[in-house]
Amino acid sequence: MAESTASGTYFDAASTEPAHPAARAALLDALESGWADPARLYGRARSARMLLDRSRARVAEVLGARPDEVSFTASGTQAVHLAVLGGLSARRRVGRHLVVGAVEHSSVLHAAELHEQDGGEVTAVGVDRLGRVDADAFAAALRPDTALACLQSANHEVGTVQPVAEVAERCRAAGVPLFVDAAQSAGRADVPAGWSFLAASAHKWGGPAGVGVLAVRKGTRWRSPLPADEREGRRVPGFENVPAIAAAAAALEAYRADMADEAPRLSSLVDRIRAEVPRTVPDVEVVGDPVHRLPHLVTFSCLYVEGEALLTELDRLGFAVSSGSSCTADTLRPSHVLEAMGVLTHGNVRVSLPRGADASGVERFLAVLPGVVADLRRTAGVIPG
Amino acid sequence: MRFRGRAKHAAPPAESTPPPPAGPPPALVIDALGRKCPIPIIMLAERIREVPVGEVVAVLADDAAARTDVPAWCRMKSQEFVREETLPQGGWGFHIRRNY
Repeated sequence: MAESTASGTYFDAASTEPAHPAARAALLDALESGWADPARLYGRARSARMLLDRSRARVAEVLGARPDEVSFTASGTQAVHLAVLGGLSARRRVGRHLVVGAVEHSSVLHAAELHEQDGGEVTAVGVDRLGRVDADAFAAALRPDTALACLQSANHEVGTVQPVAEVAERCRAAGVPLFVDAAQSAGRADVPAGWSFLAASAHKWGGPAGVGVLAVRKGTRWRSPLPADEREGRRVPGFENVPAIAAAAAALEAYRADMADEAPRLSSLVDRIRAEVPRTVPDVEVVGDPVHRLPHLVTFSCLYVEGEALLTELDRLGFAVSSGSSCTADTLRPSHVLEAMGVLTHGNVRVSLPRGADASGVERFLAVLPGVVADLRRTAGVIPG
Repeated sequence: MRFRGRAKHAAPPAESTPPPPAGPPPALVIDALGRKCPIPIIMLAERIREVPVGEVVAVLADDAAARTDVPAWCRMKSQEFVREETLPQGGWGFHIRRNY
């Protein structure tokens, strides 16, 4: 829970947000009332169906979609895969060219790789030092045979907001559908208009894991890349997890309402970190856009320090943060985001504040960080200066 | 697609033919082959003072992170990144001119 003391030092909301109390309550209710098969015709089934459709309407409302445009998936990653591969499949006769931003989430880039292995062609549009795609460069990558374009709403590693509205306008003019991966911003900010496909993930807004959202704009052609199935408007195969979906919808409504006050508060804490870290830690670079950014996320890199060692030491002191440095998480490669931006890939720390993160936790983090970095540098034999 | 998120190779094979040598040979060659970042950067920072101002240091490294981190270090420390060359045995040579 965001109110508990543990969240004071949980600074990895970009990986997953702690469960919102509204999700917990809705989940417990729905485990009682929403377990039956929503595709059947008896009373209990109709109750589950009503709960599912009500959840769909609530999610659609917050995301700026129509209920019949929204399908629930088994994860945000599945929503991304279905959007990319289904969007490409529907326009196969137009061509097999795909345009993606260079700093998209790995789920988008892995889908693009699969498309390439399958004989398709992919153009990755680069970013500037702040991690932002240039709308003109993106538009220039569109071709007559471009089947689909993909752009995230905001970057998951450095927080930079992408020019989605501008790019959507350029895609519309070129007649190319745009897939917007809104996983990192949905629930925290309004989704920019102009998307043809949209993906989001419930555990990023305090809903349960195992619920993703795929929205397909009315009139946009989409063809499932998977075997046929009747569920979710024939878009997502498999029995719906109605209780988790109900919890996701309740969490999204509550979380979005909380963010009216909470986003500016978290954003000022991020400003504090952005200002203080370069002042107290030598040889550090705070990356990403300082202004046009997600409210809760800040990333910096410390010269001469291993990202993994930094994370381990901060964890020992009670701070849960993440890193895009190589040797961390599940990849031995440096972060493709930091690489594309041309900023330091080692010694990288991503701080992302959950709802309810308190200022005192941030101050404690700022107080220990200079010592942690200095100790690691001393251990590595780095002479200051 | 340059995305190589799941690549397991520490030293991918040469991706392009090396450019013809440009400028004078380096005054110092630092061999950081086989060392993971940030060690090549630490070695560079330690040893760049061994050459006179205006001279070039070459760092040899095969951790792909160095391709981003050496130019980023130069930018942060106001040193001049001269060029990257691909080594025939795998890895890269990074040429840096000492500015101060």
